[in-house]
Amino acid sequence: MANEVKLHGVTRSPFVCRAVIALNLKDVKYEFVDEDLSNKSSDLIKYNPVYKKVPVLLHNGNPISESLVIVEYIDEVWKGVPLLPQDAYEKAQARFWAKFMDDKCFPTVFKAVTSLGEEQAVAEVHEALQFLENELKVKGSKFFGGDNINLVDIAATFVAFWIGAVEEALGIELLPKDKFPKLTEWSDNYVNCQAVKDSLPPREDLIAIYKKRFGKA
Amino acid sequence: MVGSEVILLDFWPSMFGMRVRIALAEKGIEYDYKEQDLPDKSTLLLEMNPVHKKIPVLIHKGKPINESCIIVQYIDETWKDKSPLMPSDPYTRAQARFWADYVDKKVYDALKKSGTLKGEQQEKAKKEFIEILKVLEGQIGEKPYFMGESFGYADIALVTFYCWFYTFETLGNYSIEKECPKLIAWAKRCMQRESVSKTLPDSKKIYEFFMEMRSKLGHDHIQKVEDFSPFRGRGVFLKHGRLVRIRY
Repeated sequence: MANEVKLHGVTRSPFVCRAVIALNLKDVKYEFVDEDLSNKSSDLIKYNPVYKKVPVLLHNGNPISESLVIVEYIDEVWKGVPLLPQDAYEKAQARFWAKFMDDKCFPTVFKAVTSLGEEQAVAEVHEALQFLENELKVKGSKFFGGDNINLVDIAATFVAFWIGAVEEALGIELLPKDKFPKLTEWSDNYVNCQAVKDSLPPREDLIAIYKKRFGKA
Repeated sequence: MVGSEVILLDFWPSMFGMRVRIALAEKGIEYDYKEQDLPDKSTLLLEMNPVHKKIPVLIHKGKPINESCIIVQYIDETWKDKSPLMPSDPYTRAQARFWADYVDKKVYDALKKSGTLKGEQQEKAKKEFIEILKVLEGQIGEKPYFMGESFGYADIALVTFYCWFYTFETLGNYSIEKECPKLIAWAKRCMQRESVSKTLPDSKKIYEFFMEMRSKLGHDHIQKVEDFSPFRGRGVFLKHGRLVRIRY
């Protein structure tokens, strides 16, 4: 049976990157369909009518939307490197932290970026990141997934890579090394994993985009 | 119950807590239900959910699991011998997760706005809420349940809002059944399951609870809609510009 895999996305999106990393970790051959979000393709609207957003994974023509749903789907369909723990309790913890990235970390970072590093907004980012710092401290491991990366690390890709780009683009500080030593160490380790390295967009591209989009005129 | 293997920290009107109660009932799991006083959070709750300090929390053999949808999946994966709640194939499973996530992202906030805002803002909120329900109704289509023949995860995610419909219909002066008859038919079908009918409180009881809480909060003076939440937040609200704690 044909195993056709397509990923609709944009390289600058940390959410799309989650799907790219998962596909690369599983060594899945796929076609990347570059979308113009200012002029969404009829395909994108057809495959994700609810949100009309990227990423959308197409597996044999069947669409799946929402990055964390996509990553779990990839894990269940393609064997190889497990992206989630086997144990039900550990799995629940992984899902909890992955959701935390979207519920708390990302919105606070977004708010800090759009406010160009306003003090209260940055304080809220630190409050959210502190939970991640503590989690790494408690786990005492290289990654949120232990010795190998898992769903949580993948969900936190924007922390490891996008935050740094935005900091440089806007001249703000969101993840100070002295306050977040574990998270900083984790970020360095994470972006150096081969599958992650192969999936990240060029940093200069992100910096340029953020300067243009959020920078002061 | 001393030394109970399964404990649920919950708050009776919470649609999120109800999801867990339905899942536990579907699996026939005995558990110790501990009602939480939300403005005055117990040490146990704060210890078991230090990140969000919210209910529901399932404690299984002393270990906590948080976030209702995550708890429901945990229950399904741990008690595998009866009533599977997730579809058996990965693609349908992904769809179930997508729709439960959609309910989480959209329904609660839209429902709340449609009942608590006033005037033109309320009309707009009602319209948005109905649109969201129509999307869900469209997904169910002609099927008995969200994913087909079997009641499961996505149904559980949404059906617990059903007991809250009466409250917001009354406040907003509209009929959800009139706008989304198939959705209500689906809800009534779910209510035929004992796990659902025994879990969802009577709609009038929810309404009384809501009105009592609203009068205590002084609705007209609530400054932030997002603070007006019985299940989230810390039981601290802005009233006349000052922070107050409300007990209910």
